[in-house]
Amino acid sequence: MTAIGKLKWSNIRALGGLAERHAHLFFVIPPVLVMFALIGFPLIYTLHMSLQDWDVGRLPQFTGLGNYVEAVSMTRFREAVLRTLYYAVLAVVVPTLLGLVGALVFAQQFRGRGVLRTVFILPWMATPVALALIWQMMFHPTLGVLNYLLSLVGLPPSLWVYSGSTVIPTLVMVETWHNTPFVMLIILGGLAALPVDIFEAATVDGAHAIQKFRYVTLPLLWPHIMVAMLLRSIDALKAFDTIYILTEGGPARASETINLYLYLHAFAYYRIGYSSAVVVLFFILLVGASLLLIRLRRSTAWQYY
Amino acid sequence: MAVLLDSARLVVQAGRGQSQKAVLLRKLAGKVTFGALVLVLMAPTLFIFFWMVSLSLKNQLDNTAYPPVFLPRRFELENYVQVFRQNPFLRYTINSIIVATGSTALSLLFGAPAAYGIAKWKHHRISLLILVARLVPGMSYLIPWFIMVRTFGLSGSHLALILTHTVVGMPVVVWILISFFEDVHPELEEAALVDGCGPFGSFFRIALPLTLPGLAVSGILAFIFSWNNFMFSVVLAGPYTRTLPVAAFNMLSFESVNWGPLAAAALVITLPVLVLTLFVQRYLVAGLGAGGVKG
Repeated sequence: MTAIGKLKWSNIRALGGLAERHAHLFFVIPPVLVMFALIGFPLIYTLHMSLQDWDVGRLPQFTGLGNYVEAVSMTRFREAVLRTLYYAVLAVVVPTLLGLVGALVFAQQFRGRGVLRTVFILPWMATPVALALIWQMMFHPTLGVLNYLLSLVGLPPSLWVYSGSTVIPTLVMVETWHNTPFVMLIILGGLAALPVDIFEAATVDGAHAIQKFRYVTLPLLWPHIMVAMLLRSIDALKAFDTIYILTEGGPARASETINLYLYLHAFAYYRIGYSSAVVVLFFILLVGASLLLIRLRRSTAWQYY
Repeated sequence: MAVLLDSARLVVQAGRGQSQKAVLLRKLAGKVTFGALVLVLMAPTLFIFFWMVSLSLKNQLDNTAYPPVFLPRRFELENYVQVFRQNPFLRYTINSIIVATGSTALSLLFGAPAAYGIAKWKHHRISLLILVARLVPGMSYLIPWFIMVRTFGLSGSHLALILTHTVVGMPVVVWILISFFEDVHPELEEAALVDGCGPFGSFFRIALPLTLPGLAVSGILAFIFSWNNFMFSVVLAGPYTRTLPVAAFNMLSFESVNWGPLAAAALVITLPVLVLTLFVQRYLVAGLGAGGVKG
């Protein structure tokens, strides 16, 4: 009896010691399990569904790679892919350039900097759907304020989101307005971390402002710019809210990016199997784009370090 | 000789005077260019927010006037009254508060220990999972969630929304809290261990109280991202669990000609977020250099 009691007690103590030594697992495992349940499991399930011929209201039937073959051979899908890339390139490059300018401006000391910087950040946090309502009204072809402002500076009115040729640049403009602060903040953090003595050395060597920017600031900022571009690329490829609210992919599919294409096929046409296959292709595209940017970052880094 | 020296001094002085003028001029030009640059950067944001307020305070006649009426002639709150009277807008607001609060609580509950584990035991491979979470397209879990919600009849409850919003909130919480936990001085925790605290004791009694600002910042951000979320809500919300962004979208299709109430609704939806941003902006400016946070 006592032996058993002792045994049990030592077992419990051993268990307690085990818990102490592996305490980190208690902190890390539950969140990992939660994330797996919320993201990993649905992802695996998506892979499974992508191999089924399955629309809502019918029973799933195994079709192998049939959905993938169908997607790749669909002109509408291929056009959506190209459109997404076009949109993403613009929606990465423009906010990055403006964000760099913004960071250089807000790194200076000037009166009212704090307040202006706070106001500058607000679009990044503001609810995209709510602001899309305002953009919608501003884009109105005859009564909208934007065309009035254009007429003030003598420019012809634009059809903004109502024409196939201007819809993507217009959506990029809205996305730029929302996301330039994000790029600005990352680059500003990079600027704050720059070593001061390098600039002093450059000044002693007689470098003027543009030379200092070109040969000192920019190379040192490059890693931060690349991080901003990586995260921006992921978000731009996945853009949904503003596009859906303002155009629902129109006019005549001129702004139908992969995410919009997916949304329609999954939740309007209820083609579960097919849209799962498109999701998998979309995921591959996202991973590929990220890896490309990470590689690019590594290959540019050696020149400066 | 003295005359020569004097004239030389005069020439030098004249030259100095001119160069001083040139320097002053260049400084002034620099200031003007800089001011113009600040103006160009700020103008879109200032104008769009001004226009939102302006639209929300004007009646339909002024809102659709051409050329546009910029300053409201008198402040009418009729549009705001109309938003709450014509829609169950209060209901949607409560839904948004329930979903955002619930998902923020879950994000902190699971995210804080994870961040602590990653910061303290250097599980940095797990932080890579956060990037993966950001990489996965939302549609990939929306379709399975949509099927589950339909089969289990969850569309009438807030649970599905809370759980999916946690997917966005938790990575944000983990990402931000890692750096806060790394800043907790290890000696404090060692002292706690000596005093008989286990790893859990030192987490709850030392690390958590010391990172309250971090918990606040990450909680506020998780709340904002849930509040703003549209894609998950538009697919998963039922008629009674609709959140504000979904309600705004529906308003757009029904009242697209009635600009005043639309602008008022937009302002009501986004104002809480703008106010919360004021509390976290200092952290965003100081702490975002380490990496991006938005999910």
